[in-house]
Amino acid sequence: MFGLSLALVAILWELYKWLGPEDGGTVMGWRILPRAEDRAMPHVWDMLRRYAEPERPGSSGTILAVVARGAWLSLRLALAGFVMGATVGLALAVVMARFRVVERGLLPYLVVSQTVPLIALAPLVVSWGGRLQVGGFEWPRWLSAAVLGAFLAFFPVAVGTLKGLTSVPRSSLELMDSYAASWGQTLFKLRFPAAVPYMAPALRLAATASVIGVVVAEISTGLSGGVGRLIIEYARAATSDPAKVYTAVFGAAALGLLMAGMVSVIDAVMMRNRPREALE
Amino acid sequence: MTKAVEIRSVSKVFNLGRPNAVEALVDVDLVIEPGEFVSLIGPSGCGKSTQLRLIANLLEPTTGEVLVNGKPAHRARLDQDYGMAFQQAGLFEWRNVARNIELPLELKGWGKDRRRARALEMLALVKLPEFASHYPWQLSGGMQQRVAIARALAAHPPLLLMDEPFGALDEMTREHMQDELLRICGETSTTVVFVTHSIPEAVYLSTKVVVMSPRPGRIIDVVDVDLGARRGVETREATAFFRKVTEVREALRGIPAAHREPAVEAE
Repeated sequence: MFGLSLALVAILWELYKWLGPEDGGTVMGWRILPRAEDRAMPHVWDMLRRYAEPERPGSSGTILAVVARGAWLSLRLALAGFVMGATVGLALAVVMARFRVVERGLLPYLVVSQTVPLIALAPLVVSWGGRLQVGGFEWPRWLSAAVLGAFLAFFPVAVGTLKGLTSVPRSSLELMDSYAASWGQTLFKLRFPAAVPYMAPALRLAATASVIGVVVAEISTGLSGGVGRLIIEYARAATSDPAKVYTAVFGAAALGLLMAGMVSVIDAVMMRNRPREALE
Repeated sequence: MTKAVEIRSVSKVFNLGRPNAVEALVDVDLVIEPGEFVSLIGPSGCGKSTQLRLIANLLEPTTGEVLVNGKPAHRARLDQDYGMAFQQAGLFEWRNVARNIELPLELKGWGKDRRRARALEMLALVKLPEFASHYPWQLSGGMQQRVAIARALAAHPPLLLMDEPFGALDEMTREHMQDELLRICGETSTTVVFVTHSIPEAVYLSTKVVVMSPRPGRIIDVVDVDLGARRGVETREATAFFRKVTEVREALRGIPAAHREPAVEAE
């Protein structure tokens, strides 16, 4: 199904290139249709062929290997960000579910935190991290990118989990009370399992958000080697070598898909033996 | 002999001291002997569910005291002296049937093998022996209620508290479940406090029907039902059964005992 839709997109792309105006369509000076010329929209086969060629004339190895290496680095950063973000998000959700005061005090700040542009935050995280020295620990440069990934990832997990933890039916809570169950027992035997259907989509959002966070962080902190950095580098060569940009863009897209796919597997494991409606 | 439940001059006010204060129960006295089947009946808002939750110690009385098995209700809850079943079976959808029944035993710290053995024993009691590894969503409403009853009785509590457990079932299933409940409680000699708003259900099941009035909730009458220990289809069609239904209905309408339809002789 996925392969089919991918082919369809490629066909539409080529169809537009064939039919669309070279210079783009303009209405009263506003360009409303993109330019169909080769520099703006390279042919699909040019993009594919570009993967097999070296990065720069004379450099060794194909661009595929370079993009794959970049994507691998970014994947590890995104994974680190995802794990950090999910952990923080879960912890925040539990604290907010336990103490209503915390929820009322903290939740607005969490919402506000997500309106801060990542680009503004990136240099701050780098400089805070650089100043942080605990014992022999030195803040590595890659950690800033992972932290920024976590910054985007924690939010959906915190909100989704909180919703799940607090949407338990009253009779189930009374049942646990009637067994004189402690808050911890109620958390692990009732609230967490009941929150799983809310957590699964939240984790999926967090996975893709951590990729975006890492890619943007690579660009704005100047961390080299990742796929985000490659996009910026290749974009500079966009006029002379338009297909090159797309190789890196697709690398980043594949990364996001990989993360989402990974979470789907986790999701499927967590949701096994659940009623079918809940799976929809 | 220790009483199963003793409610002594209990009142319950929600939101006490605030403008939206509600008097849910006023001056309730009730003693339930072990082995009795007591129904609480009344229109909605009469505090019958509140009374059940006071016995369960899910709520604290504003004044008065509640004893369960001769202990304060709080102690009885900590000792898991009662099991509870609600209108929604409330099974945990992520646990299979056997693991649902094991829940209270798990919280009591029972070992795995002992838990499983008891769960299977309970499934045999509610006549669902082959459904141990099914999930709740694979069962019908009536079957889910049986599992909920099995869960409530898993730790062999002497007292079973039920809040309109058959309210969501269709009439046929409901009558069948009533017979099953009587059988199960007979076999396990469990005392039952049963909240319902169905008069025939209350009469059919109970040895004692507690009739309550709304706003503020108070007990207006206690009707003894002497239909014998063995009840079945014939009971539902017996004249004595209809007389009791009439008696409870008139009590609910607030007609004092002396002015009700002449009963026993009018065969």
